[in-house]
Amino acid sequence: MTQIEPQNQLTLDLSRKHKIEGSQATARQTAELLRSVISQQRVPYTNQAGALIDAVKAIGEQLIAANPVELAVGNIVRRVLHIIREEDLSLTTAAIGGLNLSAVSDDENDDDRDGDSTLSAAAVAAAARSTLRPPSLQTLLEDTPVSAAVPQTSSSGGDSEGKSKSADKSSRSRKLKHDVIEAVNELIQDIVTCHEQIAEQAVEHIHQNEVILTLGSSRTVLEFLFAAKEKKRSFRVFVAEGAPRYQGHLLAKELVARGLQTTLITDSAVFAMISRVNMVIVGAHAVMANGGVIAPVGMNLVALAAQKHAVPFVVLAGSHKLCPLYPHNPEVLLNELRSPSELLDFGEFSDCMDFGSGSGSPLLHVVNPAFDYVPPKLVSLFITDAGGHNPSYMYRLIADYYSADDLVVQRRATAGN
Amino acid sequence: MGAQKKRAAAAAAAARVSEDPDDLARQPLQAILLADSFTTKFRPITLERPKVLLPLVNVPMINYTLAWLEAAGVAEVFVFCCAHSKQVIDYLENSEWFSQPNFTVKTIESHNIISAGDALRLIYEQNVIHGDFVLISGDTVSNMSLTQALQEHKERKKKDNNAVMTMIIKKSKPSPITRQSRLGTDELFMAIDPNTKQLLYYEDKADHSKGTICLDKMLLAENPSISLHNDKQDCYIDICSPEVLSLFTDNFDYQHLRRHFVKGLLLDDIMGYKIFTHEIHSSYAARIDNYRSYDIVSKDIIQRWTYPYVPDVKFCGNRATKLERRGICFTAFNSEIEQSRSAQVGSFTVIGYGTKIGSNSKISDSVIGEGCTIGSNVLIEGSYIWDNVIIEDGCELRHVIVCDGVIMKAGAVLKPGVVLSFKVVIGERFVVPAYSKVSLLQQPTVHDSDEELEYADNSSGTVEFSSIQGTADQSNGEMTSESSEAHKPKLGTGGVGYIWSICEGGQEEEWRHSVAPIPEDKLTELSEAMDDDQELVTQDRTALSTSGELISDSNASEGDDNEDSKDDSVYFEKEVEATFLRAVEENVKVDHVILEVNSLRLSYNMTSADCAGAVFYSMMKLAIKTPHSSASELQQNTANIITTWQKLLKSYLLEIDEEIEIILKFEEMCLESAKEFSPLFARILHILYDKDILQEDAILRWADEKEGADESDKVFVRQSEKFIQWLREASEEED
Repeated sequence: MTQIEPQNQLTLDLSRKHKIEGSQATARQTAELLRSVISQQRVPYTNQAGALIDAVKAIGEQLIAANPVELAVGNIVRRVLHIIREEDLSLTTAAIGGLNLSAVSDDENDDDRDGDSTLSAAAVAAAARSTLRPPSLQTLLEDTPVSAAVPQTSSSGGDSEGKSKSADKSSRSRKLKHDVIEAVNELIQDIVTCHEQIAEQAVEHIHQNEVILTLGSSRTVLEFLFAAKEKKRSFRVFVAEGAPRYQGHLLAKELVARGLQTTLITDSAVFAMISRVNMVIVGAHAVMANGGVIAPVGMNLVALAAQKHAVPFVVLAGSHKLCPLYPHNPEVLLNELRSPSELLDFGEFSDCMDFGSGSGSPLLHVVNPAFDYVPPKLVSLFITDAGGHNPSYMYRLIADYYSADDLVVQRRATAGN
Repeated sequence: MGAQKKRAAAAAAAARVSEDPDDLARQPLQAILLADSFTTKFRPITLERPKVLLPLVNVPMINYTLAWLEAAGVAEVFVFCCAHSKQVIDYLENSEWFSQPNFTVKTIESHNIISAGDALRLIYEQNVIHGDFVLISGDTVSNMSLTQALQEHKERKKKDNNAVMTMIIKKSKPSPITRQSRLGTDELFMAIDPNTKQLLYYEDKADHSKGTICLDKMLLAENPSISLHNDKQDCYIDICSPEVLSLFTDNFDYQHLRRHFVKGLLLDDIMGYKIFTHEIHSSYAARIDNYRSYDIVSKDIIQRWTYPYVPDVKFCGNRATKLERRGICFTAFNSEIEQSRSAQVGSFTVIGYGTKIGSNSKISDSVIGEGCTIGSNVLIEGSYIWDNVIIEDGCELRHVIVCDGVIMKAGAVLKPGVVLSFKVVIGERFVVPAYSKVSLLQQPTVHDSDEELEYADNSSGTVEFSSIQGTADQSNGEMTSESSEAHKPKLGTGGVGYIWSICEGGQEEEWRHSVAPIPEDKLTELSEAMDDDQELVTQDRTALSTSGELISDSNASEGDDNEDSKDDSVYFEKEVEATFLRAVEENVKVDHVILEVNSLRLSYNMTSADCAGAVFYSMMKLAIKTPHSSASELQQNTANIITTWQKLLKSYLLEIDEEIEIILKFEEMCLESAKEFSPLFARILHILYDKDILQEDAILRWADEKEGADESDKVFVRQSEKFIQWLREASEEED
């Protein structure tokens, strides 16, 4: 079951970088692939969740290995694993709660939580989660289950269907799969709509006559600015061109097409312009668990400049970009070194190589890293589809999305959890 | 009703318009990948493994080509396998290329093919290519995007059905040093129309010593502008229309893609097929033609110019490698290598899976394959070490290629440029001299064709060897034991293998194509040569008006002109003779013969004096061929022929110069080709005078010219002294 056609295709697409560009598309495709894996996976009578988890892990491992730099893949794999665990937990608890059959449980994790029989499945799930780790700040404050802030973790069918059937195992297994697929669908929906959800918050952050600075091009930033524009805010945008890929040029064109007052500057002019800027709004490649940001190269300079002039540095990131790993892990910090031809034509370079073969190594090296790391202390605010957050809060947000068990996605030799 | 009709017509037109691009889009792009270069540059390695499967930065070369084709949007690839076809097919079958959803790889196998031309003819017979296709050989590394080139090709094809091929070219520095040090290729000259990008001239074997190239002046006459480049590099990636295959079939003598096909099309203007060029700027494309380009392309890959086909990106089932920072630069590492703490691995190095490196070893600018064992105090610099190589303590390797399974005993040293083929064993403390190639197989003698390779029979029978023997035709092996003894000590104690004697070109040429850096003295030589070639910098030239006479300029040296015209005149004479003989046999009218000779004269661009000489020559030839028993009979024959054909001869004798030419020609014949005439010289001269073919002025001037000549040259003047005397007197009398 590990070798199925679409999975191979995606693995290849991921590894050949020309096929999928951007973490949103990657995330969506990964989620869709995992959904099909789950729907095709046959579940045994006992321990369905374990079987699903194993299947997802097996494929997730390959996907992550295909392109370790694209962190969104790993994020989605972990999210799906988390969904399976949650759904399984809620179903089990509901079954126990409804029929009071303590012996039915096949999931050892559940054995110690037989008491909460009166709560709804989702609430049970939330409670169960809270026994595994400290309660989320949101749960504490709002005193509601997770659904508002973290819709994908709430079990969609849990409330209604949890009570209906329980003892019949085959129907339960079908139900688990159904619920999981349902939840993954929601996840996909979230990924697709993340731009809109972030953009909805634009008016709260962008005010009249402000000057916004951004670097390179990000669809999230673009939608965010448009949303503010549509709400009749008038403001100016400074776009740093984002060498060497110069995607800022594209962004500037699109902004102008929508009637926004835009100024294009070079990356090196950021410091000169920052004193006139009210807010820096940028996109990210990934947000790490400590609140650090992996962002297009040049971002650290912008963040430092913003800090120097006490300009808020705001990072927009869809929840699929939240990564449960810490950046001191060298595998994560691993940068992508792109082709030097973005900096220098190969023809020009070969001109410098006349005697290069003399010592074996040429005198000219061209290094073209794709990403920068911005430490959390330089970031003022994260805006995700769940709202605005402080960098120091990121680890809690991430804890809501991921199970601690899944941080290392590696298939285990024995099935079961 | 009318409106409806109109609408229908418009709809139909729209449908037609929309059909067209659809057609283009629907036709899946195909590619022909030649998994054989039909050369022997990589010997002795290629005796045991096909070139396309040689590892390039630990990945077989063909994977780079296939990965690129896949990325470029090619849907179907025909891999043409010839030498070691079984190995190639086995490899492909076990690779993931056969299980791609939108990318099919098919193999075509043939064993008796000896050139790219034959391969294409075979593919044409199979009738598998239906539309435009990419023609590439399996040793090309590229990351260019084909979209634009393909688009241009299709648009040109739509406008002009004769635009059959688009050649991808790349700029390179116009210096022989660059060329030499980069890819080890000769200089390439191209004439390109700057507006249409049509290729007008292609010369990759320009003669360096002369420093000249010859352009047909018609080239300048026909094209309003030409730019002549020596700063372009051929990437050996071609986008071809299906006609190309049929062209190969029609011209069965085309063998080499460039030397025959491209030059053939450019020279042959009858069919009017055109080749265009597409220049790439930032993307990478290069072909591995010899060891030097192997070295350079490997370095380019390590420096990521071929991104995304680089060691740390998985593009074809290669194992994941990780980059590590070494100083300023990066080194690709596999996660599972065993490295001693004191080993120093420098920058721009790739180390494969499961390799062990001992203490105090230094490695820099090198590629090391999987499962190698490297002892302590080993020095490896700029070298390519393939899989499962064992290098014992204290060895030194500089700029060498070491194939799979080689064992180097302690203290062995490889000098720059050495190539060790599969499973060779180098003895303890043995020093392999520079540029030598070592193989378990004996060097085939020059006359052996590929099929008849004689495999060596090793009497000592080491374990490694027996595996080779299994495949070798033992009965064929006629190696005697004493000669293997003779080879044995060459690799030190315990060494196994033969050092190949340096083949064609000798030592002088070896440095050009080896992996070793070019020695200092050769570089200075090259740069001196370059100074001489300074005049050859790219120049834009605009031709004069088509009516005006074109004076061929500096490019065509006079020496060449003379040589050419000499050749031409020989051919011309032969043609005229053939025409004349045919006329005599078939009793063609004199007027017609004149016409024919005239047309020959025009096509060979000859003067009427040349014609006169040639016609006279043929007449005399005829006379001498006519059976005769005595000199007087010969004289009679000659007189008859001259009488019959005097009109023909006279039509070319417009001025006195031509008459003198005839005399000179006759003189030459008497001395060289037709000595029988020599005693008759004066008499035939007299006949010619009598028939009014030669005027007295001509004869007298000839006599005057000969006055100052050597004694030996005066033989005939003397012979005809009386006749000349008589002529002089006659003219005086007239005066």
